[in-house]
Amino acid sequence: MTPLLEVRGIDKSFGPVQVLHDVTFAAQAGEVTALVGDNGAGKSTLVKCIGGIYPIDGGDIVFDGRPVQVHGPRDAGELGIEIVYQDLALCDNLDIVQNMFLGRERRSGLVLDEASMEELAAQTLDGLSVRTVKSIRQQVSSLSGGQRQTVAIAKAVLWNSKVVILDEPTAALGVAQTAQVLELVRRLADTGLAVVLISHNLNDVFAVSDQIAALYLGRMAAQVRTADVTHAQVVELITSGRSGDLGIAQ
Amino acid sequence: MNKVKELPGEAIVTAKQSPSIGNSVFAYIERVRGGDMGALPAVLGLLVLCTVFAIARPAFMTAINIANLFTQGAAVTVIAMGLVFVLLLGEIDLSAGFASGVCAAVLAVTLTNMGLPWYVCVVAAILTGVVIGTVLGTLVAKVGIPSFVVTLAAFLAFQGLVLVLVDEGTNISIRDSVIVAIANKNLPVWLGWALFAACVALYAAVQLIRARRRAKRGLVADPLSLIGARVGALAVIGGVLVYVLNLERSRNPAISSLMGVPIVVPVILVLLVAWTFVLRRTAFGRHIYAVGGNAEASRRAGIGVDRIRISAFVICSSMAAVGGIIAASRASSVDPNTGGSSVLLYAVGAAVIGGTSLFGGKGRVLDAILGGAVVAVIENGMGLMGYGASVKYLVTGFVLLLAAGVDALARKRAAAAGLR
Repeated sequence: MTPLLEVRGIDKSFGPVQVLHDVTFAAQAGEVTALVGDNGAGKSTLVKCIGGIYPIDGGDIVFDGRPVQVHGPRDAGELGIEIVYQDLALCDNLDIVQNMFLGRERRSGLVLDEASMEELAAQTLDGLSVRTVKSIRQQVSSLSGGQRQTVAIAKAVLWNSKVVILDEPTAALGVAQTAQVLELVRRLADTGLAVVLISHNLNDVFAVSDQIAALYLGRMAAQVRTADVTHAQVVELITSGRSGDLGIAQ
Repeated sequence: MNKVKELPGEAIVTAKQSPSIGNSVFAYIERVRGGDMGALPAVLGLLVLCTVFAIARPAFMTAINIANLFTQGAAVTVIAMGLVFVLLLGEIDLSAGFASGVCAAVLAVTLTNMGLPWYVCVVAAILTGVVIGTVLGTLVAKVGIPSFVVTLAAFLAFQGLVLVLVDEGTNISIRDSVIVAIANKNLPVWLGWALFAACVALYAAVQLIRARRRAKRGLVADPLSLIGARVGALAVIGGVLVYVLNLERSRNPAISSLMGVPIVVPVILVLLVAWTFVLRRTAFGRHIYAVGGNAEASRRAGIGVDRIRISAFVICSSMAAVGGIIAASRASSVDPNTGGSSVLLYAVGAAVIGGTSLFGGKGRVLDAILGGAVVAVIENGMGLMGYGASVKYLVTGFVLLLAAGVDALARKRAAAAGLR
């Protein structure tokens, strides 16, 4: 099966510092691909290259079998790539519906079409089996961390996206809320989306992912099926770039 | 993986029954307790102030004084309405007062010195406001100078500009009957009532149609009883005001009759409705709130943050121009002090007292009117009590501090409530 999203041989430098070296990475539709790596390994940079926030210096991005050019967040959005950032990117003073449609409001003529936005937002949340918010007209400031993360994810799903990239979605959450968000992540993949999950937490990674890609100092150490590796092997990949015959050749 | 337990106190998202009026009141009380006070402090303050002044000085509650309140407060209120847009972004415009002075001076020079027709002069004054706003907004958004510094510089520069325009301190009188009428003449009695009826009918129609549309699509809609209460409140308050303003105010009605709603009132109403529509019902308005709430999130959502910033300053300065025109009309002249002294601080005070947050993201155009009323009542009432400028300044300063304090505390409280 050809991956829905594939990056081949990506290089990226900031001035004299090369952050990504020849990185190859693939995400399948219907699967959760975990992207792991130590601080500074280049996870966020890779994601920002895919999302069009940073231009790439070399290599190809292949989407659904054809090479594409991503020059900005809008290009990525049009392809169906949505990124849910670590710092959430929600406006506290707006309600859930307003946040989900932010920047892409539906209008009838000059006026906002509140009713159809509210319907669609409710449908999307229902489709994700989200039952933990009182009202979708609630201000985001009144939501818990897990609920905010849910809204941010639902916002990404709303746009018929095909690839959803989640940057540390559980970093700031408690135990129950983490479970809630991870369940949502699994459900997204089960509906046929390609989900990329960036995480530091290997328990989370093993709980939901189908594949694990480990970055080590800007190089892709290995991308393996979760079922084929152990916890310890992944830790080795993250910390030293290789584990047995897996990983970067010495 | 563990099955997620339903957290206590969290209901299912698609609870679609219509809330009763009791629920709505309860929800409002919850909001206030959670730190979202809205216009409550301004309304309470207004009631307290009016009661105190009415008891201390019976002259306060006379028809002539109430009509005065409107014309006295109009210019500051209009400037405050524009300031709301800048405050919503978490920025400040310290130059709005003198911007109104510059625009008023442009009006006076074109009208009196050049003899152009009044409508040309009004357009020239408002265009001056647009230009000022574009320059200020560009400096803030594109160059990245903090708005406090940009507008402080403009505050100083515009004082000079007014002096240049009015030839180093001469007083230009305005005699054009249309311009003078804005703040000095009244609507005929019948027109006041007709306008009142039209407003109430329009408000009721808008509310009903919206509730009906939402109910038809199965969404939560306001119950009829709540709509009835809102329309009823508007009808009672508006009705009493129109009635009082339509009383005979002249000391000697045989010589000249003085009654009717001052013309500034419908002017402010039109501005209120238009800007409220822009803020609440258009994508542009939504983006203003979004940028004020989280500029980075807005940028990532594809909103042109710079464009929004610049337009907020343009709206602010253009409204300052309208305020300047009203001030010029009321004084029937423009001098170097037009828009100077306390005008700006009163306008910022009006917006903040009404419930617009200085931290951005929260506020309504209506806030400016409520706050403007508080400021006008203090100014007027203290005058009637015989206090001088010193006490007026002290009290207004104290009220502004109080309002900003309430805003800051409400924010803290909201943050605490939000993280429950």
